[in-house]
Amino acid sequence: MIKLIGQRAIASLLSLLGLMVLVFFLSRLTGDPAVLFLPIDATEAMKANFRALHGLDAPLFEQFGRYVWDLLQFDFGQSLRKARPAIDVVMEAYAWTLPLALITLSLVVVAAIVLGSLAAFKIGGFFDRMVSIISLIGASAPDFWVAIVAIVVFSINLGWLPTSGVGTPLHWVLPIAVLFIRPFGLIVQVVRGSMLSALSAAYVKTARAKGVKNLPIIFVHTLRNAMLPVITVIGDQAAAMLNGAVIVETIFGFPGIGKLMIDSILQRDFNVVLAAIMVTAVAIFIMNMLIDIAYGLLDPRIRH
Amino acid sequence: MSDLSLTKPNNPATQRGFTIFLAMLWRDKLAFISALVLVLVVLCALVGPALLGDLATNQNLRGRNSPPFDMTRGWAFFLGGDSLGRPMLARLIVAARSTMMVAAGAVATALIVGATLGLVAGYMGKNISQAIMRLADVIMSFPSLLLAVVVLYVLGPSIPNMILVLAITRIPIYLRTTRAEVLEVRERMFVQAAVVMGASHGRIIVRHVLPVVAPTLVTIATLDFAFVMLAESSLSFLGIGIQPPDITWGLMVSQGRPYLTTAWWLALWPGVCIVITTLALNLLSNWMRIALDPAQRWRLEARSTTDV
Repeated sequence: MIKLIGQRAIASLLSLLGLMVLVFFLSRLTGDPAVLFLPIDATEAMKANFRALHGLDAPLFEQFGRYVWDLLQFDFGQSLRKARPAIDVVMEAYAWTLPLALITLSLVVVAAIVLGSLAAFKIGGFFDRMVSIISLIGASAPDFWVAIVAIVVFSINLGWLPTSGVGTPLHWVLPIAVLFIRPFGLIVQVVRGSMLSALSAAYVKTARAKGVKNLPIIFVHTLRNAMLPVITVIGDQAAAMLNGAVIVETIFGFPGIGKLMIDSILQRDFNVVLAAIMVTAVAIFIMNMLIDIAYGLLDPRIRH
Repeated sequence: MSDLSLTKPNNPATQRGFTIFLAMLWRDKLAFISALVLVLVVLCALVGPALLGDLATNQNLRGRNSPPFDMTRGWAFFLGGDSLGRPMLARLIVAARSTMMVAAGAVATALIVGATLGLVAGYMGKNISQAIMRLADVIMSFPSLLLAVVVLYVLGPSIPNMILVLAITRIPIYLRTTRAEVLEVRERMFVQAAVVMGASHGRIIVRHVLPVVAPTLVTIATLDFAFVMLAESSLSFLGIGIQPPDITWGLMVSQGRPYLTTAWWLALWPGVCIVITTLALNLLSNWMRIALDPAQRWRLEARSTTDV
């Protein structure tokens, strides 16, 4: 197990290095921060001064060398926008995104597993059709549009929930609800399909013959065996959430990693972009490891 | 696609095949309606700009944000007017073109490049395969937002560049699927038979492997079309996608956002268009998964209309 984790870590580290090089040079293509940060009538001398101050005047390869050297000492550089260490800015944003992702994901998983299993149990029935239609609509709706409609209905017309920002628990309701929809639509379909094939297995017939009730058959006997493909999809969705919900965070003014990412890209805050990408990659690596461990727990055959 | 080019339109067997196909579509009512909706959208995209192009850009400041369902201003204002008094309905129809063009262009490019690389990766030796797969890994982990900004800034905002950005991010999907299928197909007996008979690599790939892989790819492409549409509208919404005066449904939602409290219809209708189109694509893709799979096709063929 330790050896496997080690091998995976090395492979991930290599692709992370490649990604870092690519992002470093490509992001430099998007323009000069000096133009963006200084007033429009700034003189050339002021711009040169700004570049020298932030080490942007050196040749590109020298800048890269310096960046890697600092990185080896765990220094991710300064944020241009906030004049603080880039890694602090990123971690602060993560402290918002992580709970958002975890709460949403747990709700999605519970709801999708319960509803998907029940739908598969009576295939073609009324409940099954309702779940299918809802999940399909959920998977088809663009999240920015759902977010806007939700703001109009619940914040502007009904006045129940705040439009944006963070602070009270009520601020979390709309972002979670909007983020919930698409992953729920996807996962519920996978649960349904997977349960469908698991329910036709011989051990289900045995259990029925022994007089086991319906609900224990679904949730005790079958579910565990139907979980493997579900775990894979959950992993994909969790990775997407760890990347931050750019759209939803932007609309609801939620100070998470997705909003930080788009703001930093648009404002050429290169150090923050790089730090955010690297921290996200580490988070996704850890999550993939957890997923693999979950596989092993669910199915003893995979343990080796 | 090669299997389509082999058939001629006057071939009776093809015509019968087409009728069977339509009959199979008719059996699944939801898929049939979806197909009709999609045909309508494509028609709007093809002829809409020619018919309504002037109407859609004709500003009328006295009709600013005029409310929907009011027939006094003419049919074009049935869905209301936008912030410059341009008729919403006409604008929606005109916007269908760039929305469809971006999605179709991106899906077609990603499909062709991805499938070709996937065929090569699956069929050729381990080294080439490894190199191609690592490329896919890097593309998948590269943040697509950054890619969009880089392309937008370096090459300038335009529809072809938007297609480029979206196509690059979608290539890995086709690449991985094709490779996985090819790895399995090339071990089958008929491929070995072709090798024994001395067929060239190109012939084996095009005539023996590709037709087996194609149905899966077409199904994924339909599903992906919906995804690309959503991605394009998200980017346009964030302001790093299509730029005015070009217009897509996603951009229209974003332009309507400042008027949410006073004129909700500006953001609502384009969103409804997106939802309906993606829903139709999803339903059609569900049907295709069954119709193109020889092992499951009987569900649509040999079923009387009464039993379910």
